[in-house]
Amino acid sequence: MYTNNNGTGDHTIVKRAKEDRYQHHDYYNIDELLTEEHLLARDAVRTWVKQEVTPIIEEYADKAQCPTHLFKGLADIGAFGPSIPAEYGGGGMDEMAYGVIMQELERGDSGIRSMASVQGSLVMYPIYRFGSEEQRRKYLPKLGNGEFIGCFGLTEPDYGSNPTDMITNVKDDGDAYILNGAKMWITNSPVADIAVVWARDEQGIIRGMVVERDMKGFSTPEIKGKWSLRASITGELVFEDVRVPKANVLPNVQGMKGPLSCLNKARYGIAWGAIGAALDCYDSALRYSLERIQFGRPIGQFQLQQKKLAEMITEITKAQLLIWRLGSLANVGKATPAQISMAKRNNVMMALEIAREARQMHGGMGITNEYPVFRHMMNLETVLTYEGTHDIHLLITGMDITGLNAFK
Amino acid sequence: MKLLVCVSKTPDTTSRIAFSSDGAQFDANGVQYIMNPYDEWYALVRALELKEAHGGTVTLINVGTESNDQVIRKGLAIGADNAVRVNCDPQSSLFVAKQIAEYARKENFDIVFCGKETIDYNSSEVGAMVAEFLDLPYVSFASKLDVSGQTATAARDIEGGTEMVEVDLPFVVSAAKGMAEQRIPNMQGIMMAKRKPLDVIDPVPFDELSTPVQYTLPPAKKTVQLFNADQMDELVRLLHEEAKVI
Repeated sequence: MYTNNNGTGDHTIVKRAKEDRYQHHDYYNIDELLTEEHLLARDAVRTWVKQEVTPIIEEYADKAQCPTHLFKGLADIGAFGPSIPAEYGGGGMDEMAYGVIMQELERGDSGIRSMASVQGSLVMYPIYRFGSEEQRRKYLPKLGNGEFIGCFGLTEPDYGSNPTDMITNVKDDGDAYILNGAKMWITNSPVADIAVVWARDEQGIIRGMVVERDMKGFSTPEIKGKWSLRASITGELVFEDVRVPKANVLPNVQGMKGPLSCLNKARYGIAWGAIGAALDCYDSALRYSLERIQFGRPIGQFQLQQKKLAEMITEITKAQLLIWRLGSLANVGKATPAQISMAKRNNVMMALEIAREARQMHGGMGITNEYPVFRHMMNLETVLTYEGTHDIHLLITGMDITGLNAFK
Repeated sequence: MKLLVCVSKTPDTTSRIAFSSDGAQFDANGVQYIMNPYDEWYALVRALELKEAHGGTVTLINVGTESNDQVIRKGLAIGADNAVRVNCDPQSSLFVAKQIAEYARKENFDIVFCGKETIDYNSSEVGAMVAEFLDLPYVSFASKLDVSGQTATAARDIEGGTEMVEVDLPFVVSAAKGMAEQRIPNMQGIMMAKRKPLDVIDPVPFDELSTPVQYTLPPAKKTVQLFNADQMDELVRLLHEEAKVI
């Protein structure tokens, strides 16, 4: 039993007794392409999800509460920054391992995966890649072990798909910058200790900086009323004359390359994660089709249900092959942003469509939290939109193959 | 303290079990494997706890083919220091026990751990056989184990109560539920496991004394029958003649 004081007050969450019977599906023996270390990582995270996430997730989602106690568990299994070198508090693993971890977390819930991918890809990664050695030593070990929770501020109320025109800005003030503006749709922000924030300087250049919770003028109001990612906490970042020491500015990047390289990391993880959500929906639908009897036989014996299941596993298999290849490219630093866009777009829509079909296969039960599919379906609506919308990713592919920019 | 943990690979409990058409072989097609939970959750974790409290080393041993290496690596990722795999495809508990005993004899372990049984063949034989080969005391089905100096105290769950046993080191113990709590390997542990030694050794010659001849699945569960209130005589007849419970 857990109590959680975050958000709207005291809530007691009772662990469910219902067993998580999920089994991995690998129709094309793609596991043979993974290393022992990838399989061990996947197995460890799957075990953790079955023990810690499945028994509580429906109730947290129902109450729109964030299971903040899971931050420590995510840190303990090494889900924060697994591909950051071990000396900085990461796991020292490759990009494929990072992917399988994200897949297993999202098999549990997209919100739990979001908690981890924000911490790893959007907070630890920019500090590691663009930060000074002092910044790395100061923040990364504490982010890796869960002592610090981080968030990432790029999107603004009026600048979503178009972050380049952001209005959040800094003005030089001696040994510090004065930060003003607001960021919106920020995962983890109400519980974050630090925020990696992107703002425009007086020369119009985008700069990244670490804003700390106790800096005067910095607040993080929670965004309520979400019908999606209900177990993940989302908020704003509001900066009113926040004095950010220049020592907190990430010295090794200027311009949109900074935030976009972080988004590439996160989108890559999402392309893996979506497969996890799809697998959970397929797994539940397959089992339900064998157990649910109508007209004297399991519904899985009817052609229309078989069509749904066969198409689901076909699409999952295609997505698994796509992501395996993308992971192989990422491991050698050759995955292009456009290739990552294609995988994010394809795999998230694939998962959403499977969630919708699986919902139908569960009949009336599919709209309840007795089964995970409706929760996944609602979550995936967010995943379709964040980290580059479905349409924007299409335009990135379009621009990549034609050389013509359709954004402007 | 020098500790040896015997680990076995078993099918995942969610795997669908099937046999070859003549029933002579287990059909491994599509089966996902795990480390035997009694070996992993209780024997290995308690061995690691004792090492953490008293110092020493934890060695894993497995008797099997190369396909078992992933399960062994998991044990190393959880925290064991090194591992040995006796390279062969064993057909009986006696063969497995002989191989473990021959290795253990040379290394002089203080405690040899194994799970109380594997969850596939459920024979609960290996621990007792290893103890017999080594001429060591054997404590079976221990749900608690503490060590003080050269003496260990073990709790054994028995019908209607608990039996406390005292035993001098060295000895062999089989671990039951309660001895420890499952540990999930973390990513750092998984990365460290790659660098830990996993030695592959040849089996000692030993003739199998028994060979499995045929496997059959248990009869399929019958479907639930519902009776109306006016069919009590038929219900009583079936409970008496078919279910044989009254």
